[in-house]
Amino acid sequence: MQAAALEKIFVKGNEAVAMAALEAGCRCYFGYPITPQSDIPEYLSRELPRRGGEFIQAESEIGAINMLLGASATGVRAMTSSSGPGISLKQEGISYMAGSELPGVIVDIMRAGPGLGGIDASQADYWQATRGGGHGGYRIIVLAPASVQEMYDLTMMAFDLSDIYRIPAMVLADSVIGQMKESVIPNPRPVTVLPPKEWVVRGREAGEAQNVVKSLYLGDGEMEKFHWKMAARYEELAEKECRWEEVQTADAELIVTAFGSVARIAKTAIAMAREAGMKVGLMRPITLFPFPKKAYAALSERCKLFLDIELSTGQMIDDVRLAIARDAEVAFYGRPPGAGSLPTPEELFEQIRKNYPTHA
Amino acid sequence: MKQIFTRPESLKDVATHFCPGCHHGSVHRLVAEILDDLGIRSQTIGVASVGCSVFLYGYFDVDVIEAPHGRAPAVATGAKRARPDRIIFTYQGDGDLAAIGMSEIIHAANRGEDITVIFVNNTTYGMTGGQMAPTTLPGQKTSTSPYGRDTAKDGSPFKMAELLATLDGVAFSARVALNNPKNVLNARKQIKTAFRYQVEKKGFSFVEALASCPTNWGMSALDANQRVTDEMIPCFPLAVYKNSANL
Repeated sequence: MQAAALEKIFVKGNEAVAMAALEAGCRCYFGYPITPQSDIPEYLSRELPRRGGEFIQAESEIGAINMLLGASATGVRAMTSSSGPGISLKQEGISYMAGSELPGVIVDIMRAGPGLGGIDASQADYWQATRGGGHGGYRIIVLAPASVQEMYDLTMMAFDLSDIYRIPAMVLADSVIGQMKESVIPNPRPVTVLPPKEWVVRGREAGEAQNVVKSLYLGDGEMEKFHWKMAARYEELAEKECRWEEVQTADAELIVTAFGSVARIAKTAIAMAREAGMKVGLMRPITLFPFPKKAYAALSERCKLFLDIELSTGQMIDDVRLAIARDAEVAFYGRPPGAGSLPTPEELFEQIRKNYPTHA
Repeated sequence: MKQIFTRPESLKDVATHFCPGCHHGSVHRLVAEILDDLGIRSQTIGVASVGCSVFLYGYFDVDVIEAPHGRAPAVATGAKRARPDRIIFTYQGDGDLAAIGMSEIIHAANRGEDITVIFVNNTTYGMTGGQMAPTTLPGQKTSTSPYGRDTAKDGSPFKMAELLATLDGVAFSARVALNNPKNVLNARKQIKTAFRYQVEKKGFSFVEALASCPTNWGMSALDANQRVTDEMIPCFPLAVYKNSANL
């Protein structure tokens, strides 16, 4: 990988995820076929065994996430991927991993729902991803790529952040980002200082301390202590790891905010608006958890109007509202997921024009 | 004076939470003895399940992963694929393995994962208070089958040792009991064989142990032992159902 590191390649978003996982040192992949993410298991079923890794097509997404749990408990880097219906099945295992402080990467290429829904792009699993998704009250790291390059880079980052904080990390994309082809620079694995994994199950010689990977806390006060410990870790994440992209926000009278594929479309619409003389900017969160609250708060000190656009009836808007100053407002434009609901740049331009403050 | 009986090194010197007369303690001891016998304690990772067996890490002196309910064979699969040089065993009850975890056990067995599964069948959910299990005997009264298990509505008990033996991926499958010295000695032998399969990398090994649950059966320990003979063994015959490498 290193030798070819700087040569541009032309790949699908899902392939970029798989390639990045290999570059990040992922040794085990466990998955189950579901559209629109099946390119990931297909790629890794071919490439992982060649490199001495393990690929298993599991009996179910429940099987796959628990294989991830088991592999991760031994200290190796491991990954699973799926889409809506499968991610729902994985929630049990994700909760146990969160409760056991296990790292591990989960890729969610969102499709329309609820239920079987459809295979078109969706952002309606924002709540499921950023609120933990399973039982018990926990958070996971959520990274939202908006390009195939970011599919590559953020997948590698997911492995690092997950190992550093001992929290499962999710790459949250949709079928547009997963299925489209773009050129990518396959960057080498970033040099990151990782804490030693002293907690792994490994078999033990006499006299060595017993390691147990578990989420059961029955002792008086133990569970409460765990929750406060994790709350502090989430705070640390928010302090150190928030990532976002701002485009032309400095003089903006209206800031469009969107993540993933919608942010890409919004960029074109914003360029059209600038062309038409409107001062419009973009705020694109890259980490959805931790949500870049401080960056939103700072923007809202000057710009008092936001336009939140999502492929849902509005989920991220909750976080935007909580983050911005009290005298700032958020307008909303949503296209709930399903065939034909992906907005055009012209459509978003029209929304910008409609919401643009008249005093400006 | 020569010491002829002692605690296995693989078992911690602690009191267990098991009820008087429960066979979990016997199965724990036998597994620990075998880990000692084969000299594999330092390479072993246990996978605990949900139910009375969840406290495995409190009793076995080995590293342990606690699996979600029924998922131990999937967790063990991930651990074994990541660390093929380790000895990985799961320890599961009947609700865990044959109800909520049926998919995980069948598929791990069918893949022929190089793991050992210890299955403790006491025909009831012990930890949650004696509800009907997939192995509850026909007519058996439990807290959720107060009129007795009706096979017309609830189905018949799963015979896991026989069922798994039909799969090509399974190398060894046996059923044992612990209600008298003869059966305990045989159980020790079969558990040892099961772990030898893994040590010699010969594939998936499975031991079903018929166990008593005096508390939830509402019986004395002695009566519970007798029930294993009178009611359980006729339904769940003790046998080696598969021993593909004749170990």
